[in-house]
Amino acid sequence: MKLESKIPSGPIEQKWDKARFEYKLVNPANKRKFNVIVVGTGLAGGSAAATLGELGYNVKCFCFQDSPRRAHSIAAQGGINAAKNYQNDGDSIYRLFYDTVKGGDFRAREANVYRLASISVNIIDQCVAQGVPFAREYGGLLSNRSFGGAQVSRTFYARGQTGQQLLLGAYQALERQIDAGRVKMFPRTEMLDLIVIDGKARGIVTRDLVTGAIQTHLADAVILGTGGYGNVYYLSTNAKGSNCTAIWRAHKRGAAFGNPCFTQIHPTCIPVSGDYQSKLTLMSESLRNDGRVWVPKVKGDTRPPRQIPEDERDYYLERKYPSFGNLVPRDVASRNSKAVCDEGRGVGPSGLAVYLDFTDAIKRMGEQTIRERYGNLFDMYQRITDENPYEVPMRIYPAIHYTMGGLWVDYNLMSTIPGLFVIGEANFSDHGANRLGASALMQGLSDGYFVIPYSLGNYLASEKLGKVEETAPEVKEALAGITGITNKLLSVRGRRTVDSFHRELGKIMWDECGMSRNAAGLTQAIDRLRALKDEYWQNVNVPGSAGELNQALEKAGRVADFFELGELMCIDALQREESCGGHFREEYQTPEGEAQRDDEKFSHVAAWEYAGAGRSPVLHKEPLNFEYVKPSQRSYK
Amino acid sequence: MKLTFHIWRQKDAKSPGQMVRYESDNFNEDMSMLEALDVLNEELMNRGELPVAFEHDCREGICGSCGFMINGVAHGPVPATTVCQLTLRHFQDGEELYLEPWRARAFPILKDLVVDRNAFDRVIQAGGYISVSTGSAPDGNAIPIRKENADRAMDYASCIACGACVAACPNASAALFTGAKISHLRQLPQGEPERHERALRMVAQVNAEMFGNCTNIGECAAVCPKEIPLEVIAQMNRDFLAASWAARKQPYQDPAEEKRWQQYDSAHR
Ligand SMILES: Cc1cc2nc3c(=O)[nH]c(=O)nc-3n(C[C@H](O)[C@H](O)[C@H](O)COP(=O)(O)OP(=O)(O)OC[C@H]3O[C@@H](n4cnc5c(N)ncnc54)[C@H](O)[C@@H]3O)c2cc1C
Ligand code: FES
Repeated sequence: MKLESKIPSGPIEQKWDKARFEYKLVNPANKRKFNVIVVGTGLAGGSAAATLGELGYNVKCFCFQDSPRRAHSIAAQGGINAAKNYQNDGDSIYRLFYDTVKGGDFRAREANVYRLASISVNIIDQCVAQGVPFAREYGGLLSNRSFGGAQVSRTFYARGQTGQQLLLGAYQALERQIDAGRVKMFPRTEMLDLIVIDGKARGIVTRDLVTGAIQTHLADAVILGTGGYGNVYYLSTNAKGSNCTAIWRAHKRGAAFGNPCFTQIHPTCIPVSGDYQSKLTLMSESLRNDGRVWVPKVKGDTRPPRQIPEDERDYYLERKYPSFGNLVPRDVASRNSKAVCDEGRGVGPSGLAVYLDFTDAIKRMGEQTIRERYGNLFDMYQRITDENPYEVPMRIYPAIHYTMGGLWVDYNLMSTIPGLFVIGEANFSDHGANRLGASALMQGLSDGYFVIPYSLGNYLASEKLGKVEETAPEVKEALAGITGITNKLLSVRGRRTVDSFHRELGKIMWDECGMSRNAAGLTQAIDRLRALKDEYWQNVNVPGSAGELNQALEKAGRVADFFELGELMCIDALQREESCGGHFREEYQTPEGEAQRDDEKFSHVAAWEYAGAGRSPVLHKEPLNFEYVKPSQRSYK
Repeated sequence: MKLTFHIWRQKDAKSPGQMVRYESDNFNEDMSMLEALDVLNEELMNRGELPVAFEHDCREGICGSCGFMINGVAHGPVPATTVCQLTLRHFQDGEELYLEPWRARAFPILKDLVVDRNAFDRVIQAGGYISVSTGSAPDGNAIPIRKENADRAMDYASCIACGACVAACPNASAALFTGAKISHLRQLPQGEPERHERALRMVAQVNAEMFGNCTNIGECAAVCPKEIPLEVIAQMNRDFLAASWAARKQPYQDPAEEKRWQQYDSAHR
């Protein structure tokens, strides 16, 4: 396997123009002769399918929910970044680029990040034109807020429902193409395998989640926009259905997996309250604009927060990071919360929480202003915890939120399998070892609306793609393989439910490959994961049959993949003997306890090649060169 | 906490269904209704029975996947709350709860509490969008929009398409859902050019999907977890009526040409 990043030469500002100029074009009249599969209808997949339809390609689009509008992107709350500089506060494409490379702790590809920053401005225009009701000022112009890791105000938002509104924009564009007959939509259809013929991605195997029918779909190219794999931890802020099956099975067919251990832990989530808990709820990072994070100064102070006087509180982020204060990047905020809780200064019944306090903001701006900014988040908090955050400070704790890792892609967003493109959270690009807030929505839409339509065209125009038939041996083999896995899962008839395994898997991952990691823990986790996986295939109980709507069966397949991915994450975390961004190895920290990178040895993307069941994966390295933003110890002090 | 559930069990779209009684005291009041079903399902599977199928994904009230009737009320007793956000602290220990799927001709039941809501997607396909292709947009600040209008558009756009409005309506009408999208887009200058065509096409699709007619009962708005106001139906009707009148008008005709046609007609009569 050879990793070729295909970054165009020339100055960074001109690379994307150059690439687009050099890309071969598909003759408009020929576009409809190309069949393209898009898996996923989130911001990435939805925007890609709609745009490819508009361009005239013949598109088939898939999602596992009952409607494309319900993709997990719908849950994003806080906002989307763009270097518009509408606030005249010194923002620019270069600054967004700089902030993102630095925020990612120098583990992203500069050229990709620059392209992302420059496309950001087009995204906002496109979404406004679609009717996305972004927040506005009284003068009628677009409003902005600030987000962690930045000192300018560049985040566009639609109340606390930005993801919903952006996704509905993409969904409506997609429905328009469905109406026009250019996109054929397959909801409630799960991709279970990738079909590779002559080394190229030529189709997928799917299961109809209502009838159970297993089918194949053939095409000239396959695009995966299937989202992140945070649910490997069981408890996360991701939607319950989010999973790694599509990318993991593509990985097993030859797509390298980039930086699997880079996961993001979001500092502001509602703490866990019991074993029954099925997911964690995020409280948008935008709250850190006005909320102040604190814990009591002394250990074991169990007084109610209001009775703790000002001088007995430790506003630890403001104390340690005076220039960014509560707006330090997520990895820094999360690690500090964990540190104060580990010291025994955590609050709430479990001691695993810190306060996020709005008293000062309410005093300064009035309750009405706070209500306008965050009303729906406050309501959500109250609904879950039965406490009124206008009166008592919120209790928050970090939770798994996002995965920077994903399938490795080159500058054209193509994986190591020709014809297989990967977009959105599913790929590894752009965010390095830590993603800045409000940048995932930006990346998903950049990939889908503005990058893939060009780079896909180039692939289709350059390759000689022969016709493939349903009768090809590769197609039959893939189909038989999936039928085999399905029947195997159903035939175990063991004693433990899928969820009970998933919880145990999640606990191992959270304890050993979560907010902080060390060699001993990771080594041991790998053995435990293997043992648990073996037990899974002997003792899992998947009720029902294959030919029906069977939610336990759907979950069972996904959890089977999570075991394997979890193991690779631990292997990757073990191999990366440095700390960077969200990857914190206890052995490698600065005297002040910040992440200590090792640029000599680890300034690279770790791309893993699948070597077969029971064999160790093979590591390939894509070196990262920083010509513009010189790597430095990140400082938010 | 103990609860007794009576849940609609139906194997698939073709089989008949029935209410089945389940009892458990493994609940607690911090759980959401869906977490209670998770607990129940774990118990069922451990007893070798089939779990109850229900839809869910985000579990934070935004994706619109979840939803069923609790004691005859869509999404249960707490206003502005989806079942995934409904905690058990709103119920009494020992209470009996009847869970049933949405019932509407346009939403066939697929299994247990799961229904097919794709009719909603087809209504959006019939014009629930602004026709702007990628790449053709002007600068985001080129058209200022009054804050009030933007805010109101956002109120309407917050519909999650869960289907509670249809399930609650005695006529199984989709007026609130359709009105919300029409009202969102008509509120903005970008949506203006297609306003009439959008109303005509979307309403025609609603009828084709066999949703019922709206008779201004208001159950829909009462159960809507996102509090979409009833006024969206009035706005939809207004656009629909205006568009229907506009559609009746003859296209512009050149008087000279008309005269020629008259001569042609009389010559050939
Ligand atoms: C609670 C929350 C809040 C967030 N807030 C923000 C924010 O404010 N700003 C920001 O920038 N980012 C935010 N994020 C991150 C951001 O929402 C996601 O990274 C982004 O939406 C991912 O988009 P996507 O298109 O890549 O994938 P998704 O939206 O996850 O979509 C995945 C799609 O793939 C489909 N799919 C998956 N597997 C299969 C399969 N095997 N077969 C068929 N279909 C499949 C699904 O049906 C779905 O349509 C937030 C995330 C969470 C969890
Ligand atoms: S599960 Fe998403 S709204 Fe209830």
